[in-house]
Amino acid sequence: MSIIKAKQLVHEFIRRDEEGNVESITTALDHVDLKVKQGQFIAILGHNGSGKSTLAKHINALLAPSEGSLWVDGMDVSEEENVLSVRQSAGMVFQNPDNQIIASVVEEDVGFGPENIGVPTDEIWERVNYSLKSVGMTKYRNHSPNKLSGGQKQRVAIAGVVAMEPKCIVFDEPTAMLDPNGRKEVIATAHELNRKKGVTILLITHYMEEVVDADYVYVMEKGNIIMEGTPREIFSRVAELKQHRLDVPQATLVAEELRKKGVRIPAGILTREELVEAILKVKK
Amino acid sequence: MSIILDKINYCYSPDTAYQIQALKDINLTIDDGEFIGIIGHTGSGKSTLIQHLNGLLKATSGHIYVNGQDIYDEDYDMRDLRNHVGMVFQYPDHQLFETTNFEDVCFGPKNQGLDRQTVELRAYEALRSVKFPEDLYYQPPFDLSGGQKRRVAIAGVLAMKPQVLILDEPTAGLDPAGRDEILDLIANMHKELGITVILVSHSMEDVAKYVDRIIVMNQGSVMYDGVPKEVFHHYQELEEVGLAAPQVTYLMHELRSQGLEVDLDATTVEEAAESIVKALK
Amino acid sequence: MIRDITIGQYYPADSAIHKLDPRVKLFATLLYIVALFCFKGIAGLVIITLFLLGAIKLSKVPFSFMVKGLKSIVILVLFTSLFNLLFTPGDVVLWKYGVFQISDTGITNAVLMTIRLIYLILGTSLMTLTTTPNQLTDGLEKSLSFLNKIHVPVHAIAMMMSIALRFIPILIEETDKIMKAQMARGADFEHGNLIQKAKNMIPLLIPLFVSAFRRADDLAMAMEARCYNGGSGRTKMKPLTYTKQDGIAYLIMFLFFAMVIVARIFVPFPQ
Repeated sequence: MSIIKAKQLVHEFIRRDEEGNVESITTALDHVDLKVKQGQFIAILGHNGSGKSTLAKHINALLAPSEGSLWVDGMDVSEEENVLSVRQSAGMVFQNPDNQIIASVVEEDVGFGPENIGVPTDEIWERVNYSLKSVGMTKYRNHSPNKLSGGQKQRVAIAGVVAMEPKCIVFDEPTAMLDPNGRKEVIATAHELNRKKGVTILLITHYMEEVVDADYVYVMEKGNIIMEGTPREIFSRVAELKQHRLDVPQATLVAEELRKKGVRIPAGILTREELVEAILKVKK
Repeated sequence: MSIILDKINYCYSPDTAYQIQALKDINLTIDDGEFIGIIGHTGSGKSTLIQHLNGLLKATSGHIYVNGQDIYDEDYDMRDLRNHVGMVFQYPDHQLFETTNFEDVCFGPKNQGLDRQTVELRAYEALRSVKFPEDLYYQPPFDLSGGQKRRVAIAGVLAMKPQVLILDEPTAGLDPAGRDEILDLIANMHKELGITVILVSHSMEDVAKYVDRIIVMNQGSVMYDGVPKEVFHHYQELEEVGLAAPQVTYLMHELRSQGLEVDLDATTVEEAAESIVKALK
Repeated sequence: MIRDITIGQYYPADSAIHKLDPRVKLFATLLYIVALFCFKGIAGLVIITLFLLGAIKLSKVPFSFMVKGLKSIVILVLFTSLFNLLFTPGDVVLWKYGVFQISDTGITNAVLMTIRLIYLILGTSLMTLTTTPNQLTDGLEKSLSFLNKIHVPVHAIAMMMSIALRFIPILIEETDKIMKAQMARGADFEHGNLIQKAKNMIPLLIPLFVSAFRRADDLAMAMEARCYNGGSGRTKMKPLTYTKQDGIAYLIMFLFFAMVIVARIFVPFPQ
């Protein structure tokens, strides 16, 4: 069964002037179809303004579709009475680590979500405990979020979502404001949640190297899905990726360059290890 | 414009429990027209270091000589220093405030006390050299995309005609296309305007292909200082302090350890491919 | 500079005071302030001083840390005491010049005012230092919940307060960065007369506001995404329940207040 299903999803941002006349219409999502199975790790790639964040906000019912339909965990997001339960089953981690932490103490922030949905006190504590543990932040539970690094803040935000026991977590460019260490921390945490707890992950990013380990990748541009497939399938289309000015991992680029020079390397090389292996095979 | 740093130390909140030694005995010489990348992870002291170069922070001990003059001399004109050493901060939103982009770029030269005509001429030149689209000159800066905001912010500093331009993580928060555009632009400016450019970043890969010299900061000290190829020889040590050399460097070393005679100095994809082809023959 | 302000900060420690229910601490602070402004005579002052020192000792907050917080109000204290000193008429005038005069009452008033202000700051900052902003707002929310009946949105106000407290340090840091970015472009925040200075602040305030609004927008969305729906149907992770210690604390408070009153009635001298 699919946990997220979008059918011909359209979203238009309408800008009005002071008198309420329509000034401009921007189509952020242009008839998008998408299907995510429970337990998958999905990546959505694209540049700023490609519509990927707009899509994310629909999954969490923060935006409602202009046309088309979207089901999350079997619930239609356009139905007003579904909004809270949709948000409970699809959590969201945002880009700016500072602007999503509400409380001044780490553990109290993690408890914020469960408090909102009326979880009894004892259970809140249980949830906070295991959520902090699952992101490796138990040590910092009594700290102020202001003293943490970007990656740590982002892990607190993830714990806050985990504490709501969602079936699916949408990560909306969670690493865009982090340094390389912070990026690694966050991506590793997402993978661990997926692997150990079976949480469906939707990772939205513009960094190619973060999607290498995903189960399935969608590439978006101008509100459309322009490519989809497994990372290997996507990365074997180097020319196309370059044409859309997406970053390709250097290992893939070297492989491509070698192929152009007539070296017999298979297409769809993703990692350095694979490339080394392929080159050594050629040598023999 | 040469800058010499002599045994610079800097402490945050000195003499308190929160005391942090952010810089330790920094000795550096920055010559005219250099293109330098300062690399380090968060908290390595790189941002603290560059804020010394235009006097925004004053060293706890040590001296900085700009064109032979000690900037900590009592009669030294700090504002004059800031006219010559321009600095673009990480987030452009921190400096944009005027009603139009053009007016915003005028702010710096206006503060230099130039007459209106010169100010506008400078602003116009600066916006042109960052290739800012002309139809946006008189639009408010707040609606721009991240990349365009960055251009206005850079132009705002360029309009002051600095001899040294420091950019603190100019690509933070940009997507790969935006990042490449800005880095290309900066490299171009360095070539065309002939000014010294100092680029601060936490990404080796981004900076390696542009700069002539890399300074690696770690825990408040200079760890390596040299041409990129030289610095990347220490890829294992870099890895230990949480910085990675370009992927290609790793690839070349791995191939070499497997007995393939490749060039360890290759840093770009093209160089690597060429060297591998040669080694395979 | 701005970073040195300790009022409103939290000092993490494991002390009896930290563990008290925030409602107790709020009430105690209120009672303490009343006592501070109605005590008379040296005996009252001694009682209050002992109480304050005892509380600070119990809280495990280093005394030097508390004193540092006083730095930010030195000007205010000097100003008020100077006013009291120079403008209070009294029986024995020691010095007179135009409208200014120093009298015996003036001197006692000035001294009293200085003591009151310093004690006031020490006492209230002790409360904020030992209570997390969240506990504080929780305490306020619960203590004032009776106002809900006359349609005062107590929960919303409490939520706003705790968010404001969380973002104050972030905005202070941001102000610092904006200031530097503009100084690098030759902005001058130090020279010129008052009007010029105010005008020079514009390049600082606009980016700060723009960013604050963006943060507010982001935060509202993040709260909604985590099912925030106002105060109804919410449970508490740390619900407020009184313990034995809280009862004892209340008892001590009343005893303290009674002693101050008794001292005022029976030993109201000197003064």
